[in-house]
Formats: sequence, C-alpha cells, structure tokens
Amino acid sequence: MAPKKTNIKKVIEDDTKSRRDFIKKSGLFTALAFAPPSLVMASEKKWDEKIAEYLETVPLSIEVNGTKHNLNVEPRTTLLDLLRENLQLTGTKKGCDHGQCGACTVHVNGTRILSCLSLASMQQNAQVTTIEGLSKGKKLHPMQEAFIKNDGFQCGYCTPGQIMSGIACIKEGHANSREEIREYMSGNICRCGAYHNIVDAITEVKEGGKPL
Amino acid sequence: MKNFQIIRALSSGSAVTNISKEPSAMFIAGGTNLVDLMKKNVVAPEKLVDITALDLKKIEFGTGKVSIGALAKNSQVAEDKSIKEKYPLLALALAAGASQQIRHMATVGGNMLQRARCSYFYNTDMPCNKRTPKSGCGAIGGSNRMHAIFGASDSCIAVHPSDMCIALAALDATVFVEGPKGKRQIKFTDFHRLPGNTPEKDNTLENKELITSIEIPENNFTKNVHYLKVRDRSSYAFALVSVAVGLDIKNNVINEARLAMGGVAHKPWRLTEAEEFLKGKTVSEETFRQAANLSMKGAKSYGDNAFKLTLGPNAITEALTIAASK
Repeated sequence: MAPKKTNIKKVIEDDTKSRRDFIKKSGLFTALAFAPPSLVMASEKKWDEKIAEYLETVPLSIEVNGTKHNLNVEPRTTLLDLLRENLQLTGTKKGCDHGQCGACTVHVNGTRILSCLSLASMQQNAQVTTIEGLSKGKKLHPMQEAFIKNDGFQCGYCTPGQIMSGIACIKEGHANSREEIREYMSGNICRCGAYHNIVDAITEVKEGGKPL
Repeated sequence: MKNFQIIRALSSGSAVTNISKEPSAMFIAGGTNLVDLMKKNVVAPEKLVDITALDLKKIEFGTGKVSIGALAKNSQVAEDKSIKEKYPLLALALAAGASQQIRHMATVGGNMLQRARCSYFYNTDMPCNKRTPKSGCGAIGGSNRMHAIFGASDSCIAVHPSDMCIALAALDATVFVEGPKGKRQIKFTDFHRLPGNTPEKDNTLENKELITSIEIPENNFTKNVHYLKVRDRSSYAFALVSVAVGLDIKNNVINEARLAMGGVAHKPWRLTEAEEFLKGKTVSEETFRQAANLSMKGAKSYGDNAFKLTLGPNAITEALTIAASK
C-alpha cells in the first residue's frame, strides 16, 4: 500500500499558526504531568494538609503597563512566566531563565530588574512596565525609534531587554560616556553582537534629551 | 521548580518564628541566587519566608561607624553618596559585582549568603560534598579553573563568589544577626568559614538565624583604595582573582594597609601578614611586590587553576600600585 500522502504545506501552515498555542498547551500538559505524583503520594499517605499546600495559590494584585490585575498564582511562578503565560505579554523574552542574559529585563516600580529571578508572589501591588507598555498608541518610545534607526539588533531576541535596560540606564544617570553605558548595560547579552549600535542608540536618546 | 509555601513576614521576630516551624524553610529577599538554585533543584525548600517587608533597608551613619540594613539593595549602597565618600572601597567592590539589574534586586544580607558558583555544586548529576554531603568532590581532579588556592580541603575546593564581602572583610565589618536564641554579633572575617570536612556549611550562622545589619567602623581608607577584579570578560563575570586594597598613606609612608582577596578561597581571604609588612614602609613597587609574594605562602594549585599562583601576586601588586597612585 502506498504511504498516505500528506499536504506538507498545509501541515507547516497549521503548525506555524498554532505553534504558540501548542507551546502554551504543552506547558499546561507538562504541569499536569508533574502535579499528579505529588498528589497521589500525598493522598496515599493521607497528607490532607500536604494536598492543600500543593494546590495552594497566592492572591496577587499587580499592575502591568497601567492595567490592574487580580490573580491567583502559584508561589513558584516567576514574574517572567506570569507575564508571558498568564497575561500573554510575550514581548518580554525568556533567554537563559537563570539571570545571565538580561532578555527578561522589565521595570518594577520604576527600577530595572530580571523578571526570571523574581517570584510573582513577591510582587504584591507592584507596577510593572514591559516592552509592550512603552509606545503610546502607534507612536514608538524614543528608545525603540533609536534602536531601529541605529540597527541596534539583528535577530531581535535580546532587544526588549536591551531597550528596557537602556531606558533605565539613562534614567539612573549611567549613560554619560560610551564606556559607562557599556559597563551598565553589561547585564544584557547580545549574541548577534550588536553592541556598538546599541551604545549608539542609547547615546542618541541620552543626547536627544527627550523625556523617557 | 518544586512548589512551596510562601509567607510574608512583618517583623524580624515573626520571620525567625515562621522559619523555625519548618526544617527546610528558608528566608527569601532579592532571590537572585535562591530562585536560580531552586530552578536547578540544588535546594528545594518546602517554605519560603519573604522578608522584604521588614524595616531593614536603611543606611545610617552614626558616630564612628555606618550601619547598613541587611535588606539594603546592592545598588542602593554602591551609589549612596556618603558611602562613596567614606567607604569608597565598599562602593567599588559592589559596583564590580553582577549587573545593574541584579544589583537592584540583591540585598546586602543575601549577597553574604550567596552559594558557591562551582559548576559541580550546580549540577545535580555530579558529586558535590557541599550540595550532598559525603557524595565526593567533582572539582578535585575535574574542571577547576575557577577554584581555590588557599584553605581548601579534600572535601571542597570551591571559592566564595562575592565582591562586596571582600571589601567588608578588609574593612573590619561586623555582622548583626537575630535567631531563635536572640541577637548576637559576628566579626565579618569569622562569618564565612573554610570548608574542612563540612563544606555544606558556608558560614557560621546558626540554624534559622537572620542577618539584620552590618556595621563598618570609620577608617582612613577614603582615598588610596582600589578593588581590582580580574575576570574572563571585562564586566558581569565572577572573579578569577580579585583584590581589595585600602591604604592610609602620609608623606609617601604607609600608616596602615588593608588587603583581602576574592576568588581564591572558601571565604574572603584577608592578607594580614602582608598588611603588617606594609606598615611603616615607603610606597614603592618593589615593596608591593614583596608584600604580594608574602601573601602567596601556602598557596596550592589543583591543576586548571595553577595560573592563579602567578595571577594572584601580580593582581596584588597591581591593586596596591593603583591604590597608592590615587
């Protein structure tokens, strides 16, 4: 019997269309796959209290890009996962997930931090700004414009983190020379090596003096 | 990451009480090291006690000293105007550590409690006496370029990773802690310990004790200071070797010297013999070189880190020279 023909183009299209959904769903399946053993073990040993503990979520009030959210989160949920998985704000990137690359940089109460090393449950009443919160309608933030103008990226994966960090770098007063910018941007790694142009973009915004 | 309970403490007393109820419970503040360790399953506490609401964030200048709350952020201390003026060595060391994002999150107390950055400690498939007592040491005879040349043992050759702590050891700081048995003080140089047969213990804190503040006595190390950090890239990397120097120089004569090294031992490595040697000496590169060579007594290589036997004294000489020329 001849092998069943598959419309490869259609599969690819479908796959592309649903890739993000699939990743999100498979994340959920993984979570479900991990949850049962602890629950099974807990019920076997009649650890009712333990079951309650495992299922426990923490209420969280958080403001992201000006929108208030009242949520229940698992204590282990990082701010990065909360943004990407719970709030569907996938602009903030997960690079290393271990605090080594800076791709997940966001502003919390006006300060740049690494969302991958922050527990969402510890951000009670925090005001978070992500890359999605920078533009005003269709008008890009001056730092976004400067990155485009100066070719401050190649693949673009580190860019949201670079932009969030770059804005903070100027606000903190650490953008007074190319050398100082490089030092205070060292927590944001760019594997394409766009560093020179990133420093150009930040310098231009700093010298432009527009309100950030 | 294994799930856990999280409780927000509203006083240091309730933080200590809360943590005492659960054997595996841990305090969390900045979380920059702990969350990472939990993701890698190196530690798996059942409960975290969030201490970030405690009133331990202040930097207070008193008579003859400064007191820094355990929850003061690394960037807050590094950029404090009075710290820069009166304790510039501390500001320099802090600015050399991590990245600005991490310095905004990490606290002074948490910085002191950083675990070793040894790759065997982080890799749960590898033996590590620090992570799993009596499992062996992967770094001895393994990949040990980053590892100790002083005070290591057959159980562990990991190094203490902090920059801030190297300056605090040099500046004779004191650590204030609160625990189930009450409050006490620990000399900074006694806070971290050598590995011996119990490398799982990084420091001399007793069970469930909370760091509340550190205190640094006033000193004359306000001008001729330097923190030299030698690393694989020019920023955002752990030290291969670092040197904290404070010199009190009058008319080209050294009244008093303070020297401590990072990246070479399981604790900040204070160079007291070199300090004594430098006292009363006239500033010269030859003197600095002699002090550096004195400091290398007892240094031992484990293979990949043999370069530290040369890099160490060179870094000390360089740091002293830069400090003296300021």
